[in-house]
Amino acid sequence: MADIFIGLDLADEVEITAVTAAIGNDPAIVHETERLVIGGGARRHERRHLLLPALHALQNARGWISPGGLNHVCDVLQVPPAEAYGVATFYEMFRVDDPGHGDDVVHVCMDAACQIAANEELIAELEAGGAHVHRSPCLGQCERAPAQFVQGVGGPDRVPADEISVELRIPQQGDSSLRLLKNIGIVDPTSLDSYRAAGGFDALARAVELGPKAVCDAIADSGLSGRGGAAFPTGVKWKAVAAEQGRPKHVVANCDESEPGTFKDRVLMENDPFAVVESLAVAGFATGAENGWIYIRGEYPVATARLQNAVDQCRAAGLLGADAAGSGHAFDVEIRRGAGAYICGEETALFASLEGFRGEPRSKPPFPTTHGLFQEPTAINNPETLLNALDIVLNGADEYRSRGTEQSPGTKLLCLSGRVAKPGVYEIAFGTTLGDVLDLAGGLTGSGELATVLMGGAAGSFVGPDALDMPLTLEDTRERGTTLGSGVMMAFTDEIDMTAICVRISEFFRNESCGQCVPCRVGTVRQHETMVQLQRSGSMTAERRALVDDMARVMVDASICGLGHTAASAINSAIDLGLIEGAP
Amino acid sequence: MTVTEVSVSLTIDGQEVDVPAGTSIHKACESAGIDTPTLCWAENLTPVNVCRVCVVEVEGSRALVPSCARPVEDGMVVETDSERVQHSRKMVLEFLGSGIDLSQADDLGRWIDHYGAEPDRYDQPEVPAQKMYEEPKIQDDLYIRDYDKCVLCYKCVEACGDDAQYTFAIAVVGRGFDARIGTEFDVTLPDSACVYCGNCIGVCPTGALQFKTEFDMRNAGEWRPEEQDVTTTVCSFCGVGCNLELHTQDDKIVKVTSPADHSVTHGHLCIKGRFGWTYVQSPTRR
Ligand SMILES: Cc1cc2nc3c(=O)[nH]c(=O)nc-3n(C[C@H](O)[C@H](O)[C@H](O)COP(=O)(O)O)c2cc1C
Ligand code: SF4
Ligand code: SF4
Ligand code: SF4
Ligand code: FES
Ligand code: FES
Repeated sequence: MADIFIGLDLADEVEITAVTAAIGNDPAIVHETERLVIGGGARRHERRHLLLPALHALQNARGWISPGGLNHVCDVLQVPPAEAYGVATFYEMFRVDDPGHGDDVVHVCMDAACQIAANEELIAELEAGGAHVHRSPCLGQCERAPAQFVQGVGGPDRVPADEISVELRIPQQGDSSLRLLKNIGIVDPTSLDSYRAAGGFDALARAVELGPKAVCDAIADSGLSGRGGAAFPTGVKWKAVAAEQGRPKHVVANCDESEPGTFKDRVLMENDPFAVVESLAVAGFATGAENGWIYIRGEYPVATARLQNAVDQCRAAGLLGADAAGSGHAFDVEIRRGAGAYICGEETALFASLEGFRGEPRSKPPFPTTHGLFQEPTAINNPETLLNALDIVLNGADEYRSRGTEQSPGTKLLCLSGRVAKPGVYEIAFGTTLGDVLDLAGGLTGSGELATVLMGGAAGSFVGPDALDMPLTLEDTRERGTTLGSGVMMAFTDEIDMTAICVRISEFFRNESCGQCVPCRVGTVRQHETMVQLQRSGSMTAERRALVDDMARVMVDASICGLGHTAASAINSAIDLGLIEGAP
Repeated sequence: MTVTEVSVSLTIDGQEVDVPAGTSIHKACESAGIDTPTLCWAENLTPVNVCRVCVVEVEGSRALVPSCARPVEDGMVVETDSERVQHSRKMVLEFLGSGIDLSQADDLGRWIDHYGAEPDRYDQPEVPAQKMYEEPKIQDDLYIRDYDKCVLCYKCVEACGDDAQYTFAIAVVGRGFDARIGTEFDVTLPDSACVYCGNCIGVCPTGALQFKTEFDMRNAGEWRPEEQDVTTTVCSFCGVGCNLELHTQDDKIVKVTSPADHSVTHGHLCIKGRFGWTYVQSPTRR
């Protein structure tokens, strides 16, 4: 590694102070005494993962990442400026041009639930009031559409809806059948004592009693599958990581939650943060990993603060640290904020982002269980998946299997939004029908009949009213050609312009493609253009339909990752259901 | 040291093929006499497998597989000409051609014809297909960057970074279709870390990076590759012994390359070998 070439622009005091506060003042090389060739090279590698926090600090300090600020960070971390600039320009929350003002920026959601809740009117109102508005993808607050998030400059980020009711409760609160949501509204999310009084950390103690092998076996026997969208068997993943020897290992909670329509992880993290930390510790114990990471999307300030508070309190109480919970094993947790990129929820892109690189997915194989974070063995799970592990460890696999179906055991969190009377997070046993779930959410609201439900988010598919009898299980949804995905159920009535919704979905993928592979980088753009053309002309010719199919096939067949694989799915289902104006 | 070569046996298009373990599917195809299009792959760079033009069908794998990067496995069954493979390769070529100037890209025209790709079918009456549109960046007398022609194959970034030069002057910047190759804040090359080794030019498959001499001659309509000679020699500046290929037209050097398979250079040079030849044809030299 040659010495890094750094330009002449200098950072100002505010930027330097912010960066020092975020990543400490421990340069990768000491200029007077060593060159990178000596110890600096190794330390540079070790410290690259601080790039994302440092960029956040610069963005917050000035409202943009200035050339001087970037140079300073590059000098401290010894990252080549071109690479750091490539990283900064990857994320929605960072800007690299001077905005010309030092005001906060209001992000307003453009995705489906907010599209049908007058988001454009909100934008007009905010802009008339002099606010700087940024049009954002789904903000994970679909139950409070139209959603906003305020990115602070020189002060903290905040969510206006939280100022009205910080303690957002859930519709099913107090229901004794709840397993994953049982603490919500009951336990004080800021107090370890309150969490322990409700049985918190009993599962970790039980896991230590059982030993790692028995925990992995119980998870495998329970039939628990991943709740992040892909439904991969969790026991298989944990056992694979547990079997890796002799290298540092990691467990990661994938809290990037950015699938349009999904907000269940936010509700869990905001209202039961200690459970997320405890379950990560159980995963660490079971897999023999010493390092726990929480990668949380940047637009979740309340959840981030509560998780940080939970980690701090647990560390102070000895539940994390050198001898975590008296287990004889070291385990600790670090929290990292994303910066606005749907793709960073894809597991390998998340690793790249956390390591301080552009959030571009890596090809699999090799898989994360052998080559994950820092190319070391890693178990990565959705927080909802992790919370299930607490129940399984405490009550055993058989008890767990008493709910749900043979192939889909347990309960599932659903994110109800759109035209339902009581939008929010619901917990149901697998096998409940779609119709019953809509009833649970108070039925439809507004005028018109049910036209369609979007299942699984933008990466999922639309189903018609004939699917109301569909049992919500992995097997039934698969058989009917749809998906539970991350648990999104967004209801639309027949007075909604579904063409506009589909145009927006295609725009979402166009904006969120990382740009690495040709089928997705160009395909998502051509798909969006075709949808816009369709909307303007109102006619779906046979030629255009063939084009849509051709594009969908190459994205499914030849893209690198799940984003490209699913980018055409919702749109094609809408065309098949005849929801789009002019469809033949 | 003795190296024991373990051999792997697989089936490609119904043909039994034996190759050493660790060989890529693409190389195995080559040894079976099957020609595969590639764009982001190069002999002297780590595979990034992003262009997807080389995909093949592997039995048991749901998605198609990039042949340039995937190592062969014993018993693998590979199809290189199935309908799915043809479709994906055609679409990738169409997508590239629909937004990028491929007029100077090595070899791609042949494959576009082969797969019957129609890059023009994406321009729609009310919504023209978005293109890569950039003014050529001419910032010095040595080389130009014309990103209208860039397919984002990452080769230049790899050559400038840890596959060869370790200078890291350029990176992929931005996201999605707006991603480009660039320097920090788009500073000019002379203001960047660039050391003018020209290794990025050497690996660029599309003419997006070009010697200034070539660029000027093309603009003047004087670029005639069919009339050019290539003379192989050894660089005279230092003792490393890099092989140079001097491309000459009308007895004037017009550009310099180095063979990718040369054991000393692996195709890469430094500023002296790459650009330090103008003295040869200086009018003041006697
Ligand atoms: C584009 C894309 C975005 C994703 N976003 C998320 C996410 O926000 N949260 C999540 O848990 N999984 C997400 N995933 C799935 C992850 O790659 C991974 O499968 C999951 O985190 C594994 O955890 P699980 O087995 O507990 O579900 C995403 C996948 C793709 C392709
Ligand atoms: S499929 Fe899309 S998001 Fe995934 S790697 Fe390719 S370009 Fe990036
Ligand atoms: S000439 Fe060399 S140093 Fe400059 S950008 Fe190209 S590869 Fe990098
Ligand atoms: S400039 Fe050339 S080498 Fe670099 S990414 Fe573009 S096409 Fe590839
Ligand atoms: S917050 Fe608007 S769709 Fe999710
Ligand atoms: S040549 Fe194989 S993916 Fe580009």
